[in-house]
Amino acid sequence: MTQQTGVSAFRHDANRRTIVLMGLSVVLTHLILLVSGAWFAFAWPAIGMSFIMLVLICERIGRLVPASQRNLYERSLALGFPTVVLSVWQLGGDLGLINRIWFPPPSEIGKALWSVTVNYDRFSETSLLGRPWLIPSAYQEGGFSGVGTLLSESHLLATVMRVFSGFVLGAIPGIFVGVVMGLNQTVRLMLDTTLSAVYVLPKIAIFPIVMLMFADPFGEGPKIVVVALSVFILMAINTMAGVRQIDPVFLMAGRNYGAGHWQMLRHVILPGAMPVIFAGLRIALGTAMIVVISVEFLRAKQGVGFMTFYYWEVLVPEKMYAGLVVVMAMGILFTATLYWLQKRLMPWRK
Amino acid sequence: MDTPTVVRPKISAKHVGKIYDTADGPFVAVQDFSLDVAEGEFVCIVGPSGCGKSTFLRMAAGLESISSGSINIEAAPDSDKPANSVVFQEYAVFPWKTVIENVSFGLQMRGISEKERTQVARYWLDRVGLTKFANYYPHQISGGMKQRVSIIRALANDPEVLLMDEPLGALDAQTRVVLQEELLRIWEETRKTVLYITHSLEEAVLLGDRVVLMSAQPGGILDIYHIDLPRPRSFETTTLARFSEYRALIWEKLSAEVTRAMEMQE
Ligand SMILES: Nc1ncnc2c1ncn2[C@@H]1O[C@H](COP(=O)(O)OP(=O)(O)OP(=O)(O)O)[C@@H](O)[C@H]1O
Ligand SMILES: [Mg+2]
Repeated sequence: MTQQTGVSAFRHDANRRTIVLMGLSVVLTHLILLVSGAWFAFAWPAIGMSFIMLVLICERIGRLVPASQRNLYERSLALGFPTVVLSVWQLGGDLGLINRIWFPPPSEIGKALWSVTVNYDRFSETSLLGRPWLIPSAYQEGGFSGVGTLLSESHLLATVMRVFSGFVLGAIPGIFVGVVMGLNQTVRLMLDTTLSAVYVLPKIAIFPIVMLMFADPFGEGPKIVVVALSVFILMAINTMAGVRQIDPVFLMAGRNYGAGHWQMLRHVILPGAMPVIFAGLRIALGTAMIVVISVEFLRAKQGVGFMTFYYWEVLVPEKMYAGLVVVMAMGILFTATLYWLQKRLMPWRK
Repeated sequence: MDTPTVVRPKISAKHVGKIYDTADGPFVAVQDFSLDVAEGEFVCIVGPSGCGKSTFLRMAAGLESISSGSINIEAAPDSDKPANSVVFQEYAVFPWKTVIENVSFGLQMRGISEKERTQVARYWLDRVGLTKFANYYPHQISGGMKQRVSIIRALANDPEVLLMDEPLGALDAQTRVVLQEELLRIWEETRKTVLYITHSLEEAVLLGDRVVLMSAQPGGILDIYHIDLPRPRSFETTTLARFSEYRALIWEKLSAEVTRAMEMQE
C-alpha cells in the first residue's frame, strides 16, 4: 500500500515537472523568436507548435486532476479551447498575421453583430431582431397589427418561423408514417425504396419543383414546404428503424397484458422507438437548418440566410460573419430545446 | 346434484403442433403435444434447449398461432380475470416505465383506476421487498430485482393461469434459491395454476406437482412424473432422500434426450 502511494506520488511529481517544462519551452520559443526579430517570419509554425504543446500539457493535467474535479476540468477544456482559438484569431488580426478584410477578427464581428441588431437597413427594409425596443410605440400607433408589422422586418423571426413550422409540419406526419411502416410490412415494402431514393436527393434540389406548386413562388409557402419535406423523409425513415428495433418480446408483453391498438402505440411502440426518433430529430434539425439557409440564399427578401448573402453581395464581410454567428446561435438554441424535450419525454434515460 | 360434477382441467392442450414456415422449408417445432393441467396445479416443463418449450408456452398464451390441435384455458364463469399472464424468459420489463408502472401495467391496460392499481402494485412490491425501488427505472436495479418485477407484474394481474418461461434462468445461484422460496410461499397462498418452464431439474422437482419431460425435434412429451413430495416445500425439501431419487430418475432420461438432441444438431 505505502509503496504504491509512493510510486503514484512520484508519478505526480514527474507529471508536474513535465507540465512546467513544456509550458516554459513554449514561452521560451516565442521569446527567443521575438528577441531575434524572427517572430513574424515563423509566427505560424510557432503557433502551430504551441497548439500541439497545449494538447500535451492539457493531457498531463488531465492525469493529475482528481475525480472530484473532473467535471470542472472537462468543462474548461470544452470552453477553453474555443476561447484560445478566438484569442489567437483576434491577436493574429491585430498583429497583421491575418487579413482583416476577409477574416475580420472577433471584435469586428462583435461590432458588426451589434450594428445589425440596433440598426434598421433602409435598403432591404429589414433588421436582425425587428427592433423590439420599438414595440411600445408601435403598439400605441397601430395596436397589435402595428407590432406585427414591426416584427415582420426581423430576419431572425422569419428564419425561426420557417424552421419551426417546417419542422412541425414535417416531423408529425413523418413519425406517423414511420410508425405505420415499422408495423406494417406491406406499407414498408411499398414505401421503403421510394423514400430511400428521395432521401439521397439533396433536399434543396426539389426547391424549384416546390416553387412551381405555389401561386406565390417567393412567399413563405415553398420555403416551409421544402423544410417540411426534408424533415418528413428523415423522420419517416428513422421512426421506421426505431419501431423495427423494438425487441419483439416487448410487443408480446404488451399484447399479453391486454393492450389494445392505441395502448400499444402509447405504452410500447412510441416509447420503445423514442431514442431513435430523437436521434432522427437531431439529424432532421441539422438538415432543416441547411435547407432553410440555402433557400434564403436563393430566394428570399428576409431571413438570416438572406442577410448573410446580402452582406456578401454588398461586400461587408464582418456583417456576413455576424450572420453566421446568428445561424450558429440558432442551431445551439434549437438543439438545446430538443435536449430539453428529450429529457421531458424520455425520463428513463437520465 | 345428481349429475356428477365433471372437473374440467384448467389448461387443456390437445394434440398441439407447431410448424414454422422457414426459408429452408417447414420446421416442426412442436408435435402432438397433449397435456391437461388441473386447477391449482403447478406443472413444470423441462427439456433440451431448443426443444420447443417457449413455443408451446407462447401458443398457450395466444401469442403464437397453433398449427394443429387446440389449447383451451378454462375461465371461471363471469370472471373478469385475464386468462393468462406470461413471465417472459427475457424479463420483458419495460425500460421506459418505472418499477411500479411496470407492476401495474396489466391493471392499467384493463382500465383499473390509478388508485386501485397503485394499491395492488404496492402490495406486491412490498411482498418481494421492492417498495423502496417503486419509482426507479429498470436500468437502475439489478437483474434479480428486474426478474422479481417481471414476476409480480404477472401476479398483480391476477390471471386464471400463470405461464412462466424460465423466470429464474438468468440469475445467480444464491438469488435463485431465494426467489424459489419466495415463489413457493406465494404459490402456497394463491394456489394459482402454473405452467413453469425451467432448464433446472432441481427447480422442476422442487416446485412442481408434476414434471413434464419434453423430447427434442420435434418437441413432444417424453414422460410425465408425479412429484409426491410434501407441501409446503422449501429449500429443506432438497435435502430429502426422495427428492434426490426423483432427480436421479428424471435425469437419467433427460440426459439421454439432451445427448440425442446434441447429436442431431451435428
Ligand atoms: N419464429 C421462428 N421461426 C422459425 N423457427 C423458430 C422460431 N421460433 C423458434 N424456432 C425454432 O423452434 C425451436 C424451438 O424453439 P423454442 O424457443 O421454443 O425452444 P426452447 O425449448 O424454449 O429453448 P430454450 O431452452 O433455449 O429457451 C428451435 O429450434 C427454434 O430454432
Ligand atoms: Mg425458451
